[in-house]
Amino acid sequence: MIYNKKAETMPRQEIEELQLARLKKIIRYCYDNVAMYRKRFDENKLDPDKFRTLSDLQYIPPTTKDDMRDNYPFGLFAVPQKEIVRIHASSGTTGKPTVVGYTKKDLDTWSELMARIISAAGVTDEDIAQICFGYGLFTGALGLHYGLERIGASVVPSSSGNSEKQIMLMKDFGTTTLIATPTYAMYLGELAHELGYDLADFKLRIGLFGSEGCTTEMRSKIEERLGLFATDNYGMSELMGPGISGECELRCGLHIAEDHFLPEIVDPNTLEAKEEGEVGELIITTLTKEGIPLLRYRTRDLTRINKEPCECGRTLARMDKVMGRSDDMLKIKGVNVFPSQIESVLMPMEEISPHYMLYIRREGYNDNLEIEVELVDGSLLERYADLENLTKRIRAKLRSVLGLDAKVTLVQPKKIQRFAGKAQRVVDLRGESK
Amino acid sequence: MTVKQLSVFVENRTGTMVEIIQVLGECGIDIRALSIADTTDFGILRLIVSDPERALSALKERNITVSITEVIGVKLVDRPGGLANVLTILRDGDISVEYMYAYVSKSEENACIILRVSDTERALNILNDHGVSIVDEAY
Repeated sequence: MIYNKKAETMPRQEIEELQLARLKKIIRYCYDNVAMYRKRFDENKLDPDKFRTLSDLQYIPPTTKDDMRDNYPFGLFAVPQKEIVRIHASSGTTGKPTVVGYTKKDLDTWSELMARIISAAGVTDEDIAQICFGYGLFTGALGLHYGLERIGASVVPSSSGNSEKQIMLMKDFGTTTLIATPTYAMYLGELAHELGYDLADFKLRIGLFGSEGCTTEMRSKIEERLGLFATDNYGMSELMGPGISGECELRCGLHIAEDHFLPEIVDPNTLEAKEEGEVGELIITTLTKEGIPLLRYRTRDLTRINKEPCECGRTLARMDKVMGRSDDMLKIKGVNVFPSQIESVLMPMEEISPHYMLYIRREGYNDNLEIEVELVDGSLLERYADLENLTKRIRAKLRSVLGLDAKVTLVQPKKIQRFAGKAQRVVDLRGESK
Repeated sequence: MTVKQLSVFVENRTGTMVEIIQVLGECGIDIRALSIADTTDFGILRLIVSDPERALSALKERNITVSITEVIGVKLVDRPGGLANVLTILRDGDISVEYMYAYVSKSEENACIILRVSDTERALNILNDHGVSIVDEAY
């Protein structure tokens, strides 16, 4: 079902006219209300009133996560704090999180955009929706929550954890719609089976999965196990939370809410615009946000965009599932990990060389991190226990610093590739089937 | 009077043993005894060779992690109870054996064992006191 027929089926030309009008407004708004943007425009001699076409946008320097950190916590807010009615923050594991503020109107827009995605998945006011995302600073749970209420579904805010109870409620309430990360959805399915439930007794029919990537293969497995139909959606807290884009029932790309977000695809190194259909980094300008408007925010996510109208009737451009990130942040088991954090754990260890490789694999439905390090200290060969202790110590340190378990493999010195230029220490094999 | 043993780190990967052993062969180093235990993650190869110092530098040159460990070589009369006798002496001296392995010596009536113990110096004294013959040159 199309929730907002007018917005979602607008002819391309009208979409672009609307985008241009809103773009001009938001540029002026940012200049007038956000010190960082005013400074940037002045430094680059950009006149906020001289933007004539959508492609003029390219003259504005992009906004990055660092800008958000530098202006922590409220430096990029464009309205007085009393106008802010909600504050969320990213799940950053290091340093300061990125903070976003919403005005009443922002929350209203967010609910509308979520309602579109939820309706596109086939959910209606007849459905009972169980939200198994963790509530809190994380935007996922509340984003879905408001969107589901907007369309009139019955929301069960069960949050994450306490899985046995989740399953009991799911069965007793007759939950029809499951909101979870793909991994958790899979786990719930497995657990229900272990607990002796027959999933045929459940009324699940739709899954809205998000917050982490999910291959089509894994999604099919989840659908098969839980007996539901699942769609993906995309977003990030900096821009709003979920709601940027989502799949329709045809599942041929995620429709971007182009009336509120202006997407660009650029080369992540040169920032030059890519041709339509080419893969590059997604950059998004918020067209209507009041609390924290962002001009050309670098998502670091790699995807491509197709502007052909969809058979579902929607004309909104479709982006592919995100193929990877252009920077180095890894998301393993839902935990954000920077290789630099792993490096900081490994470097002080004298028994190993300062070279390492990270391999991320998907085994079953879990992400596994393997760290290869070179053993250089021969004295550890006296006793087996000494060698084992070394790997144990590294693992324990990683667990305490990153909250992540990793397999540590010792290899001979010089076995690990040396890099002349930028090191490629991360090998993400999750996309490859075993 | 100890014997120099090479301890070599072995990656858990097909072909690593060959790499190590080939280095020794190329350098004309003869292997007298060896022992390796299997674990899931890695192995440690223990070797008694004709020229441990040369073997050490040759292996290091090939980026193989290796060290020399001082171990005790004991010559046993090759008959039932021979090993039990030695181990009893060590136990009574409150010395624990961390690992051990055997090899056949060139003379026919003797068997040799390599012992790595908790206190090498004291073990040597006790074994000497009991008249156990210690190998000074395993090769």
